[in-house]
Amino acid sequence: MNWIDYQRPKDVSEVLRVLEQAEGRGRIVAGGTDLILQLQQGQLRADLLVDITAIQELKYIQTKDGWIQIGAGVTHAEVAKNSLILKEARALAEGCGHVGSPQIRNVATLVGNVISAQPAGDGAIPLMALEAELKVVSKEGARWIPLEKAYRGIGVSSVNPFNELATEVKFKKLGELGNTRSFRMARRRSLALPIVNGAVVIIFNPSRNRIEKARIAIGPVAEKPFRPRSAEAFLESETISRKVILEAARIASEEANPRTTLLRGSEYYRKEMVKLYLMRMVQNLLEG
Amino acid sequence: MVLKSVRMRVNGNWVNVKIPPDRMLLDLLREDLSLTGTKKGCERGECGACTIIMNGKTTLSCLIPALKADGADILTVEGMDQRDQLHPLQEAFWENGAVQCGYCTPGMLLSAKALLDENQEPTIEEVKMAISGNLCRCTGYTKIIQAIQVASGKIRKKMGTLESAEEEKKPSDGAGMCRGKR
Repeated sequence: MNWIDYQRPKDVSEVLRVLEQAEGRGRIVAGGTDLILQLQQGQLRADLLVDITAIQELKYIQTKDGWIQIGAGVTHAEVAKNSLILKEARALAEGCGHVGSPQIRNVATLVGNVISAQPAGDGAIPLMALEAELKVVSKEGARWIPLEKAYRGIGVSSVNPFNELATEVKFKKLGELGNTRSFRMARRRSLALPIVNGAVVIIFNPSRNRIEKARIAIGPVAEKPFRPRSAEAFLESETISRKVILEAARIASEEANPRTTLLRGSEYYRKEMVKLYLMRMVQNLLEG
Repeated sequence: MVLKSVRMRVNGNWVNVKIPPDRMLLDLLREDLSLTGTKKGCERGECGACTIIMNGKTTLSCLIPALKADGADILTVEGMDQRDQLHPLQEAFWENGAVQCGYCTPGMLLSAKALLDENQEPTIEEVKMAISGNLCRCTGYTKIIQAIQVASGKIRKKMGTLESAEEEKKPSDGAGMCRGKR
């Protein structure tokens, strides 16, 4: 026996009403590809599942006032092939295309990937590099939280699934000079957890030969998708050369703190891979 | 515990079933509807044996609470043939020896069908991507990939979109993913 009731509300206000009535025994579920297993294995408990995937108002990818907004009902498969995302934030489309398998991507949602709060979330990592924000609604109203604040620990979101609902993730368009890439190293291309994965966002001004903005997110090398801030700052502080890129990659690999595990390899190896992939990605981005 | 009513269209027929709220779609298909073509493998979303097509998209029925599928259109392997005629994919799997133990076959067929419904002439890479969530421990995938390409030719021929000069794709033109890697 797992959950004893299951409901599929048609709008957000109904979700909040149902959660309130359940008094802490109800829990939000979207695609459920992580959550259902955690419930079945007894890692989490809920008497009532409140399924938000029948809510039409949460199924959108749109652009507004320079932001790109993605509703909580949007699946990884939908993000991965969306033309706006491919054009404006290719790393996010790539990351979403790496999650699980085609069958998982058809069901699992991008916002759910953030709420799952795994340190290697392939959808969440590009969002972290894009400095995305999460919209959370409750009976008390709505609030926006920076993605970095959406994590409380490994697998634990700071969004309370018993009385809050994350309805949207949004990030600013990068503009003409912006560009993004993601990377992923795993034993297989499908259904394999990454040894390292990450995303790079840069705004490069070729006339000054400078990176005006660099944002990097790496997983799974910390409790949550990790931003190597010294490496970002270093990339922004110098005119660009091979040496600078190499040094930034080295700094990032020093900042990252992967563990030695039988599943993912040694700390030394994984740091080397962070360095290698970052160097390649930045180089790649600058070459267009 | 209160039983809940769920209604869905399975292989073209509307069904109404009363189930415990934590019934999974896979169990509903196999136990309540006796459609045992959908296989139970890992039960944790990793093997693809339980793949079905739900509202046009491949889905793992072991991860879907049956109540999530309320109102959905479901296709299982039992619904692939038409008027006692095997689907071209089923024919091609049979003719090309793409089946050994058969446990992954229903899931493979449905992943392949979802692909060919969207893309009549997929490349080998696109075929590999489409079945990347379906594990086979017998065939090594080579014949499965060949069979999907042969089926693509059969379907296009049927629909008249295949040039008459162009034969149905021959199965052994280097399609194997193992070639050159020995």
